[in-house]
Amino acid sequence: MDFDYTPSEQAFRNEVREFLAENLPPPKERGRGFLAGWLSKVRAKGWVGFSWPKEYGGGEGSLTEQAILKEEMALHRAPPLGTSFMGLAWVGPGIMQYGTDEQKQRFIPDILDSKVNWCTGYSEPNHGSDLAAIETKAERIGDHYVVNGQKIWTTGAPWADWIILLTRTQFDVERKHDGITCLLVPMDAPGVEVRPIENMAGERNFAEVFFTDVQVPVENRLGEEGKGWQVTISALANERSSIGEVTQMFARLDSLKALVKATRRQGRPAAEDPAVQRRIGEFEAKIAAMKYNGLRYLTKQLRGEPLSSETSVNKLHRASLEIEMADFAVELTGMAGVQLGGDDAADGGSWARSSLGWPGVVIGGGTPNIQRNIIAERILGLPKD
Amino acid sequence: MDFGFSEEQNLLREQVRRFMADELPSSTVRALALGEDPERRAALWQQAADLGWLALIVPERFGGVGLKWIDLAVVLEECGRALCPLPVLSAAQAAAAIARCGNEDQRRAWLARIASGEAVFGIGLYDEPNWIDPQGVRLAGGELLTGTKPFVQDGIPSTHLLVATRTGDALALAIVATAEVEVTAQPAVDGTKPTAKAVLDAVRPLDTLPISSADLDFLTDCGAVAVTLEAIGAAEAVLELTSEYAKTRIQFDNPIGKYQGVKHRLADMFVDIESFKSLAYYAAWAVDDAVDELPRAASLAKAYASDAFARIGIDGVGLHGAIGYTAEYDAQLYLKRSKWVRSAFGDADFHYRRIAAMG
Repeated sequence: MDFDYTPSEQAFRNEVREFLAENLPPPKERGRGFLAGWLSKVRAKGWVGFSWPKEYGGGEGSLTEQAILKEEMALHRAPPLGTSFMGLAWVGPGIMQYGTDEQKQRFIPDILDSKVNWCTGYSEPNHGSDLAAIETKAERIGDHYVVNGQKIWTTGAPWADWIILLTRTQFDVERKHDGITCLLVPMDAPGVEVRPIENMAGERNFAEVFFTDVQVPVENRLGEEGKGWQVTISALANERSSIGEVTQMFARLDSLKALVKATRRQGRPAAEDPAVQRRIGEFEAKIAAMKYNGLRYLTKQLRGEPLSSETSVNKLHRASLEIEMADFAVELTGMAGVQLGGDDAADGGSWARSSLGWPGVVIGGGTPNIQRNIIAERILGLPKD
Repeated sequence: MDFGFSEEQNLLREQVRRFMADELPSSTVRALALGEDPERRAALWQQAADLGWLALIVPERFGGVGLKWIDLAVVLEECGRALCPLPVLSAAQAAAAIARCGNEDQRRAWLARIASGEAVFGIGLYDEPNWIDPQGVRLAGGELLTGTKPFVQDGIPSTHLLVATRTGDALALAIVATAEVEVTAQPAVDGTKPTAKAVLDAVRPLDTLPISSADLDFLTDCGAVAVTLEAIGAAEAVLELTSEYAKTRIQFDNPIGKYQGVKHRLADMFVDIESFKSLAYYAAWAVDDAVDELPRAASLAKAYASDAFARIGIDGVGLHGAIGYTAEYDAQLYLKRSKWVRSAFGDADFHYRRIAAMG
């Protein structure tokens, strides 16, 4: 057991820190042109797609270096390394694994250069958690698929250029996981219509996406026809370490502690309230557990041992922290906690906004109950639902 | 960066687990918990000593193996899995106390005897049942000790007691011969963690080790870490027992583990065990390699484990239904352990608030 980094890993951390000191001004000083400059600088460093092989333009960083990069970026509250979160997280890895050479050349550089934004067409009105039951139909006619159907809760659809789309090419199958085909579709294709949906925080970043006789050339199919489920599963299994998230959570805990120090309840300092102290301790224990869980799982990967579905453990912690920390801050600060803005809002209303924004994080990658199913079935070996 | 066990540590774990399976099945655990078969107990203690478990953290120059708490961690975890009633935890705590707080003569006098299993220590730090603080130590110190030390862990059977005393603001650890003290067993929820009350009447300590309040904190933290390490194994045993039952018990035409009311609770147990396991391993590592971080690390681990294992103990019984309530079935033994774990060396409330106070 050893928590030290090798000299070359330490040197890498220093390199990241020096870069950030030079190129990352404090949030308030980041002007209009900042983001474009930032994206091209981190791209030049090879840090975009840092886990990807060099032959595809990635950085080929080791697992530990990837963790260091994420940790430092989160620690310094840096913006993302690319504009297409989904492109970098699973569309790119999916194309590298299943795509044709032509697809790789066509799509990968644009993801790395933040030229193209991707969204993900998985959920449908009748199929969310039960994803494999999707019904959006793709019919092969000559050298095209003709797509008809509807997706929903499609995050980023209002500004995406492309969508990775799960369709059904075969309906008479014994297992619903068969007969699914994965297509890459431009959002400006004729017959694609996006209708944004307003969420409870007042944002319009997810949408319904309708497909009416949309023609998709066969060369835009990712993987084999009928094998789209495997493509999806292994792309989503491209689990990213949670270390960057843990650093973010620690930063939020610090903000919460500062809020406690600045708050009085019933005329007395909130920091002296045993119930408040206990909640702060509980949050810290969960975040610290995420940190050390993450390091144990990283160690497993470094040793070449297969990870099962352990990452669901930290997803569940993240989900409950996401909900409970904001909810606690809102309650802690009384009427100031329920102001979204204005002079009297606690911390400018940021906790109130978080208290309305958690579903995007908590439900997006699979609801907590789906994570529990995964743990129970894949790790504990309990019978499937 | 490597937060995992070495080949040697894994072999040690295998050895302890095999020993527990062969020598300490639940029938033996139950008998020893009732105080039956003292010869068997003595023989098992000698085997544990011969296997080197009691010498693990004792420095080599005092007849020990010279390893660290993170090595001891695998032994304690497996002890917990089997609910081993032998005082391995108290031996470790006594060794840690004497190695840290004793002078050279005292270390030479006691550490080798702990390592060999000859000196069997019971430990009594706090007189107050729920006050982890120097003020919770009441027994008056001095050349002759007179008074009562309640809640002595592993006091029976033992050859020696390590008890905390106070003279004004000065704290000390006194080593006394159990034979010179009136020790009575106290009935407690968990028979595998025997508690005794010690009444001292002008007893002359064999040795006295002056300690600071930081030393007292350190020993408490070591205790909290050790208890949590044992809780990992115990909680995993509950999860395994209950998962197996959920796969085989058929109700409404299905194994009950198919129902989300059951499977989600078991998944939550897994999440909690994974989490306090990670926290406890880090704390065990910190004892030797980052002692400044120990108070926080120990509190994080013990706080999380106290509440989580208490729930696991209850649900382990509850998910079994009526069979879980029977004396014959082992689930109840773990429930009893979880009650003891919760209170030993500070409960969740104490440790969570201690974390908050650290800022």
